[in-house]
Amino acid sequence: MKASLKSLDYSVLQQCMHCGMCLPACPTYDATKKERHSPRGRISLMRAVADDELKLTPAFADEMSYCLGCLACQTACPAGVDYSNLLETARAEVAASGLNRTVSSRFWRAVTIRGLFMNPRLLRVAGRLLRLYQRLGLQTAFRRIGLTRLLPADLRRLEPQCPTVSPKFSHELIRPVELPAKKQHRVALLTGCVQDLTFSDVNRDTADVLLANGCEVVTPPVQPCCGSLHAHNGEPGPARTLARRMIDLFPPSQFDTIITNAGGCGNHLRHYGQLLADDPAYAARAKEWDAKVKDVHEWLLEKGCVAPRAGLGDLTVTYHDSCHLTHGQKVTRQPRDLLRLIPGLRLVELPEANWCCGSAGIYNITQPEQSEQLLVRKVGHVISTGATVLATANPGCHLQIERGLRQAGSPVTLLQPVTLLARAYRKERSAESMTA
Amino acid sequence: MGAADPTFVDALRATVGAPHVLTSPEDTLPYGFDGTAALKGPVGAVVLPGSTEEVAAVMRLAHGRGVPVVTRGSGTGLSGGSVPSPGSLVLCLVRMDQVLAVDAPNLTVRVQAGAITAAVDAAANEHGLFYPPDPGSMKISTIGGNVAENSGGLRGLKYGVTRDYVMGLEVVLPDGRVARFGNACVKDVAGYSMKDLFIGSEGTLGIITEVLLRLLPRPAARRTMLATYATMEEAAQTVSDIIAARIIPCTLEFLDRTTVGCVEDYAKIGLPRDCEALLLMETDGHPAAVAEEAGRMAEIARARGAREVRTAADEAEAARLATARRSAFSALARVRPTTILEDVTVPRDRLAEMVGYIAEVAKKRRLRVGTFGHMGDGNLHPTFLTDERDADEMARVHEALEDIVTKTLAVGGTITGEHGVGLAKKAWLRRQVGEGSHDLMRELKRAWDPRGLLNPGKIFD
Ligand SMILES: Cc1cc2nc3c(=O)[nH]c(=O)nc-3n(C[C@H](O)[C@H](O)[C@H](O)COP(=O)(O)OP(=O)(O)OC[C@H]3O[C@@H](n4cnc5c(N)ncnc54)[C@H](O)[C@@H]3O)c2cc1C
Ligand code: SF4
Ligand code: SF4
Repeated sequence: MKASLKSLDYSVLQQCMHCGMCLPACPTYDATKKERHSPRGRISLMRAVADDELKLTPAFADEMSYCLGCLACQTACPAGVDYSNLLETARAEVAASGLNRTVSSRFWRAVTIRGLFMNPRLLRVAGRLLRLYQRLGLQTAFRRIGLTRLLPADLRRLEPQCPTVSPKFSHELIRPVELPAKKQHRVALLTGCVQDLTFSDVNRDTADVLLANGCEVVTPPVQPCCGSLHAHNGEPGPARTLARRMIDLFPPSQFDTIITNAGGCGNHLRHYGQLLADDPAYAARAKEWDAKVKDVHEWLLEKGCVAPRAGLGDLTVTYHDSCHLTHGQKVTRQPRDLLRLIPGLRLVELPEANWCCGSAGIYNITQPEQSEQLLVRKVGHVISTGATVLATANPGCHLQIERGLRQAGSPVTLLQPVTLLARAYRKERSAESMTA
Repeated sequence: MGAADPTFVDALRATVGAPHVLTSPEDTLPYGFDGTAALKGPVGAVVLPGSTEEVAAVMRLAHGRGVPVVTRGSGTGLSGGSVPSPGSLVLCLVRMDQVLAVDAPNLTVRVQAGAITAAVDAAANEHGLFYPPDPGSMKISTIGGNVAENSGGLRGLKYGVTRDYVMGLEVVLPDGRVARFGNACVKDVAGYSMKDLFIGSEGTLGIITEVLLRLLPRPAARRTMLATYATMEEAAQTVSDIIAARIIPCTLEFLDRTTVGCVEDYAKIGLPRDCEALLLMETDGHPAAVAEEAGRMAEIARARGAREVRTAADEAEAARLATARRSAFSALARVRPTTILEDVTVPRDRLAEMVGYIAEVAKKRRLRVGTFGHMGDGNLHPTFLTDERDADEMARVHEALEDIVTKTLAVGGTITGEHGVGLAKKAWLRRQVGEGSHDLMRELKRAWDPRGLLNPGKIFD
């Protein structure tokens, strides 16, 4: 990844032939019908900056921030434009110029990107505090007596959005090395940041599914953040540091595969090669790393996932494609196919299944209005399917849509596909032990 | 006066509301180009009106102050039609995107000019009807743009082009008057057929604000086939033979080897990369007729040397193939930075000859070319894969275009089958239509728009 648009290879900028085929896929163009808010428009602005036709202005910075980074345009683009690369470069240039306008956005960047997400232990401490606050009922009490009103506006808006922290983190649920009955593969399991704090049980489920499919699962208890938040928000320096730490912790040559279960992380994890291309000490390993990283659904199907013999009863499930899984990693069929392996489970297609839910990393913090509109649209579609379970494979989407469903008073349960699969395997085992 | 003049901008804001008038460079820069390679222009201001009344009010303002106006739909045009002339006001219709009413008993639909082509067909589909013209850009092109370019599509062979479906138009004239032409009657000979003048007028005569379109009953069955060939001439000959055999399939689309490779890189649907030419053939209608026609087409293809003729297993596969074909032009941009595409159309019995000639020219001028097109219509899109920063190569591209145009006119063809003249083909129009015709067109334009405010510099100077 380059630090400025000008230093980007011109062929990347010039790849867009402005045909407009990506416009109907773009949620921000759909919402506003203005070219500037379309992929084609944004690329033309980036090119104008690179060509010195446009200065780096606050309006340019705003535009880069208004983009969801959902990469739907990348799927739609027949010309093979590398939008993700362009956007990350543009955001890095904006961040370096100090143009991010609002104080709050700078505050959040400092707290999250440069602070918490650089240090896994610190993140867990913050998680523990939050857990305590939630567990002691302080949340309810504070809300009742209106103390939350004392919070700054940004925090007040976010406070009810704040996810409930898992009672245990991943390392309390998964041993560093776990062995299957019959070992066929040796895999590393990446536990992620948000996934670790709020869905550590999904990490446990992922380990169980991998064990059931013959994997020795290696899960170091303390793992660095993958750096996706940093890269997507214009902080390539910290992103590189984190990528190096990851490679050190999981030397790619020691594993058959490196498994990720969070769509957003996965997309970034597969691009360490590009990120560290100019680092002679890491470039080769980064390439090897990219080849080993696999999304859990993709990998399971590639290896021929064992079908569970027991089901979860009559269950109507619908599936939401997380942007970075579907547009970034092109994994769309696999999660659906995995769900179909579960006996008795009926999968119904979600209208606009691959339209962004508005979570988009920290987008729901930086662009609340657009985020909320997308969420309402998503929730409406989920309810229209009549499914009782919505499956999705990214913690960001999970939190966002769950909040939307609760706001709408909907009882639909949110689960990740691996959780459903793990539950079916457990059912199978308990049924077998009963008959034995 | 330029569109960026502050008093003019204030007046625009008062007319359509401030959020719908754009003036900052970040806002306007993205309206400086359309889908045409290597063409762009500086925008004065952009206005996005929400109704015919607002369009009329904007035109009255512009007329009063002598501000040139460039009408724009989604900016997918391929002849530079909506590329702004310096200082002009870009009037973009995408906010006026409503499908107003489907009149199922009369087989018509009334839409605003900014309605997306695919949305019109989707609305018709809800009534078991269909809107046949389906340009490759249908998911984003506007009906207004389609009418203004008289766009064709993949089904043109059997169903014709946009013109064949326009029954009525509402148009805002250069001075801001609103006029309506045509009506919902199947027959109408009251006065001149003014609507026909506007079809293909490329934004130079008036701003189309509403369109009344003819619909057809949706065909009960269709079948899609792929035939692959070892030479391009065999594919071209197959098309000529099918038409000579009095079969009118709805689609006969052609892709050459380069194009197939690019499309496959994008769509990944298993197209054969090792063939020199690929024909996408489709027939629709009564199930029995479809079966019979498909059989005869496959036979002709084999007789002409097709290596393989494959039938799409189901609707989903047929749709994937059509979508892949629609991406051809953009997919070719994978190869080189600049993609310059031609739009020549020749009588169909001259197709094989033309296809061979294009390959010859590319070789002679040392250029990479990917050719695809609506072969059933005799409409080819040889696309030069080049780099606008390489002056020498660009000079050779221009020589090649000159060669192709000369040949096209020699075999009785046209320089543009569906993309329009705009800026890109302006230099050759006179040569094709002749002095008299060219002058007449310009006189007509002058009578209609004496101050030359609408899309100045397009089609002719
Ligand atoms: C990938 C791709 C595939 C394509 N495939 C085809 C194809 O198969 N067949 C085909 O014919 N074309 C095709 N095109 C060309 C293009 O999509 C069509 O010309 C289309 O009709 C343009 O519509 P638009 O809304 O984008 O118009 P624009 O590009 O915005 O405008 C085109 C012209 O129409 C004028 N105009 C637009 N709206 C109005 C209005 N309301 N009133 C008056 N004038 C107006 C403009 O001034 C301009 O001159 C393709 C383009 C692309 C990028
Ligand atoms: S990003 Fe791709 S689809 Fe969008 S305008 Fe550019 S080339 Fe076309
Ligand atoms: S990433 Fe998403 S929001 Fe941004 S330009 Fe692409 S489609 Fe639009």
